[in-house]
Amino acid sequence: MSTQDGPLTETMTTPSTELIVAMEDAAAAARTPMWRRLLKDPQFVVTAGILIFIFMLGLLTPLLTQHGPNEADLSMVNAPVGTPGYPLGADETGRDIWTRLLHSINTAAISALIGAGVALVVGVIAGLVGGYFGKVTRAVTEWTFNLVMTFPGILLLIILMRVTGGDYRFTMLIFGVLLSPGIYRIVRNLVVGVKNELYVDAARVSGLGNLRILSRHVLFVVRGPIIIAGAFMAGSAIAVQSGLAFLGVGSIQIPSFGAMISSGFRNLYVAPTQFLWPSLMLGLITASLVLLGNALRDTLEGSKPKPVKVGRGQKVVERAETQQRDSTRLVEISDLGIAYRGPSGRAREVVSGVSLTIDRGQVVGLVGESGSGKTQTAFATLGVLPAEAIITRGSILFDGEELVGRTDKQMRALRGTAIAYIPQEPMSNLDPSYRVGAQLVEGVRAALGVSRKEARARVLALLERCGIADPVRTFDSYPHEISGGMAQRVLIAGAVASRPRLLIADEPSTALDVAVQAEILDLLRDLQAELDMAILLVTHNFGVVADICDRIVVMKKGVIVEAGATLDVFRNPHDDYTKMLLGAILDESTVRTDPAVVAPAEGAVR
Amino acid sequence: MLVYIARRLGAGIILALLVTFITFMLLSTSFEDVALTILGPAATPEVTAGLMAEKGWDRPAIVQYFDWLAHAVQGDFGESVYTSLPVAPTVMQRLLVTLSVIVPALLLTVVLSTFLGVWSASRGGVVDKISQGISLVGYIVPGLLLAIGLVVIFAVQLKWLPATGFTPISEDPGAWARSITIPVIVLTIGGVANMAAQVRGRMIDELRQDYVRTLRTRGISTTSIVIRHALRNAGSPALTVMSLEFISMFGGALIIENVFALPGYGSFAFNASLQGDIPVIMGIAAFGVLLVTVVNLTTDLANGWLNPKARVH
Amino acid sequence: MTLLDVSDLRVTFPGRGWRAKPAEVLHGVSLTVDAGETLGLVGESGSGKTTIGRAVLGLVRPSGGEIAFDGEEISSLKPRDRRHLAKDIQVVFQDPYTSLNPSLTVGDILAEPLVVQGATAKDARARVKTLLDQVGLPADAAERLPREFSGGQRQRVAIARALAPSPRLIVCDEPVSALDLSTQERVLDLFIEIQRATGVAYLFVSHDLSVIRHISHRVAVLYRGDLVETGTAAQVTLAPQHAYTQRLLLAAPVADPVAQRERREQRRLALAR
Repeated sequence: MSTQDGPLTETMTTPSTELIVAMEDAAAAARTPMWRRLLKDPQFVVTAGILIFIFMLGLLTPLLTQHGPNEADLSMVNAPVGTPGYPLGADETGRDIWTRLLHSINTAAISALIGAGVALVVGVIAGLVGGYFGKVTRAVTEWTFNLVMTFPGILLLIILMRVTGGDYRFTMLIFGVLLSPGIYRIVRNLVVGVKNELYVDAARVSGLGNLRILSRHVLFVVRGPIIIAGAFMAGSAIAVQSGLAFLGVGSIQIPSFGAMISSGFRNLYVAPTQFLWPSLMLGLITASLVLLGNALRDTLEGSKPKPVKVGRGQKVVERAETQQRDSTRLVEISDLGIAYRGPSGRAREVVSGVSLTIDRGQVVGLVGESGSGKTQTAFATLGVLPAEAIITRGSILFDGEELVGRTDKQMRALRGTAIAYIPQEPMSNLDPSYRVGAQLVEGVRAALGVSRKEARARVLALLERCGIADPVRTFDSYPHEISGGMAQRVLIAGAVASRPRLLIADEPSTALDVAVQAEILDLLRDLQAELDMAILLVTHNFGVVADICDRIVVMKKGVIVEAGATLDVFRNPHDDYTKMLLGAILDESTVRTDPAVVAPAEGAVR
Repeated sequence: MLVYIARRLGAGIILALLVTFITFMLLSTSFEDVALTILGPAATPEVTAGLMAEKGWDRPAIVQYFDWLAHAVQGDFGESVYTSLPVAPTVMQRLLVTLSVIVPALLLTVVLSTFLGVWSASRGGVVDKISQGISLVGYIVPGLLLAIGLVVIFAVQLKWLPATGFTPISEDPGAWARSITIPVIVLTIGGVANMAAQVRGRMIDELRQDYVRTLRTRGISTTSIVIRHALRNAGSPALTVMSLEFISMFGGALIIENVFALPGYGSFAFNASLQGDIPVIMGIAAFGVLLVTVVNLTTDLANGWLNPKARVH
Repeated sequence: MTLLDVSDLRVTFPGRGWRAKPAEVLHGVSLTVDAGETLGLVGESGSGKTTIGRAVLGLVRPSGGEIAFDGEEISSLKPRDRRHLAKDIQVVFQDPYTSLNPSLTVGDILAEPLVVQGATAKDARARVKTLLDQVGLPADAAERLPREFSGGQRQRVAIARALAPSPRLIVCDEPVSALDLSTQERVLDLFIEIQRATGVAYLFVSHDLSVIRHISHRVAVLYRGDLVETGTAAQVTLAPQHAYTQRLLLAAPVADPVAQRERREQRRLALAR
């Protein structure tokens, strides 16, 4: 059925409702160029400002000081703060502390430049090469960097003290090489990730050579993390150089924070302030670099994910008044509203006043496209909405009892016993570290409280009931050792173990091959009949609905547009949206009749 | 499995060979300086040449290296050129001192980091803010300043703990504990700063996984999910962090030993390097590499136990 | 006129892990695509249908057999020598969210294949405008980033990118599988409209029989690396000969309760045999 193709203006939604809110905010933020976002972040501005100021001081040293850094005036030994010509005093050999402080800034700056610079250059190039090119290259780079990384750097630097001759620049160069594996890892992982992206494949098909792909598509992704790593590495280099200087590694002619702290430490009782100045300066520089790195990370990589708070109940704005309802219904949802607070702070309603009922033993299909809110409704019934979700209004009655506003502990009593769930994607819903059987046993024991032996027996029986050929073998397998279809059967077995009154199935067959899909639907139908279970089937596939559901409820953008018996809705849809959806289903019989196009049509655009 | 272990040990041995070879080649340029240092004012060209011939330092570097290697694989790492004490036992003894500081610090770090990381990832709120604050402090304050600061407060002002010095555990466990307290605290703070943030990050990622929600729908308790499932999956990468942490603590310990006058590996290396005591330096390098290899191997095996997909059969 | 000729194509993938055995994913598949027609390639996961497409595009190296395009043998070409094929063979991938570089504007994405072929910036800009119009997107889309668009719209951008060098063959790898029902139909019709207007041929890969039926002239069915049936769309999708194709047909649920009940019965009977 051909429809008119005009410019698309409606906003189609993205796969997961939870992402919609975040993505819309992100789209708005996408327009602001990076540097402008950085300038808006006070943490960035302050720390960058401090660092620039300090390093300017270092650059302007000749103008700001009157003595040489190693100029020792024995008459000025341990001069106190405020002595004319020696604003911060003098150290134990009569050298001006202010001058040495400024020179130390330059030493630190050079250390940071060399150390971080070498690490970045070596790490980035190696990461690009190792990540992008073939297996052999990658194996070589891997091995080399593993080698470099396994040695305690400082020890090596000390051992090589004789060779470097104490020149801190050479030492920092070696240190940079020792730091490079960290950068290499980051870059290599990014490159490998990008390399497998479809848009790189598309670029190759478009004829781009490797170099262009690297520079255009890959380098861009790497940019942000490199800058961030650079900030942290600079801090690291300065800290290490100070540490080495403190130990006395290197020429004593070079003024550095480490050397100053060392002599200050020795003079702690005589003149405590000698220790204070270099410590403050070093601390200030390192702290600023770390905070700068954090600020960069927040801006360039987006906000960090927040803690998840697993055990919390769902947030409810106001508890619904518990009215006495018709208790013949198993589930009664009334005027349910669910909203999400996006990163910008605004609350967006994704479910707006949904009401539906499910009778005992009835199979209800909840149909809609992505973003319709169907999965959200299902999750709310289970009490497993994400922590960011807020139930703004409405009530969910299960067998006459109100679910909205229950604590997680109360909900847990129902979950796995009276209300069960099967997810969409079987593989990602099994814990990869545990054997399949163990996970099921854990669930059965939590729900029914039986002994381990008893639980195992039940699970094996269930696996067999759910069509798994060799239950014992599957019981002892890890999730990555079984197929998608088997995994889904396993999950179904786990769900029906306690003979639940309500099974919530979230697109249970979408991720499976069509033949397996049919088998899973058969299984569900059989189980439903055997256990007299009600099923809330969330799906976007009308074929599935036609196969198994007694009633259909159609949702669009958070509201219900139509509900009724399956046959009625299919044959006599009332709502325009429903009609549109049914019309968009591809015909079972229409085949392409126009011939292959040999020559372009008149007036074609080429 | 045995093949795997053999392979890793083999890689470690190759690394040891590489490191010791390079180190020796670099050090071989300074034989003459060392001879001069030993002889002091009595150094005339003939006497110096005589000493070098006597020690065998006038032979080509490669020959000397293989000579050293031949003895090393039999367990004979030579003697210090200054003290004439055998290298291997001294290095081991110094290593034990350093380890007696690092191992408690590492254990404390792991326990605290895991606790803080898991708590803040699964509860958020105040504890999360505190844990992030600790991380920040640990990052910002260089270990050096922290060490000195704590010494000033606890040893000098309050006189609760000794400022310097080390008592072996065999002599007096109580004194030993007191002598390592501040060093361990310093290392732990730095370690927790790094590790707690990592654990937290990985736990947050793990708790967002689909299987967590599915486990909840089975009615399994939150504690069980967080600790038995999420932590186990998050733990595997955390182990790798731990081995890196060990190596980094090793480096940090070197500086700490200087501040606290602990007779450990680091100060030993430092002095030997300063003096050019080549046999000692070689012994230090060799032992260092082997230690790191063992640590990495252990971590890999533990990783395999935790994470079935990474298991090598 | 035969445009694409695949004969006895074999592809082997190395095993995952240290010393795992390699696995042959395609066991000698032969098919042809004529100019201006759509060959639908249908199969389940693991059938190798995506691999065939990737081999034609040069993203996967065959371990046996030949692929000829317009008479020229292309399967053994080095990547550098394939570059001239970029203007003849293009691709539309399944995932609209990862097939467009998120950091480039739509205009840059569409201009890329043109610039590689040597177009000037001015020509590229003009062509981009035409392309956007052809796929039904507004002209100002060129300045926006992919993340500002929906899945269906992004897929249109991907189609526009494929059309940019005026190719003669487009490999479509499950291009509508990740889209909503209503968008699916619209995008499929767009594909058909473009074919009618430009005469481009499609190698259309999908697991969905009804999608294949809607858009293909001829259909080929793949099962575990073997071609089990080919024929016209009507033959294969309405009256299949091979048992596997029949199973596929019966397994797909019909969007009507009564019709579905009948199909279920048919399936039960077929499986009982």
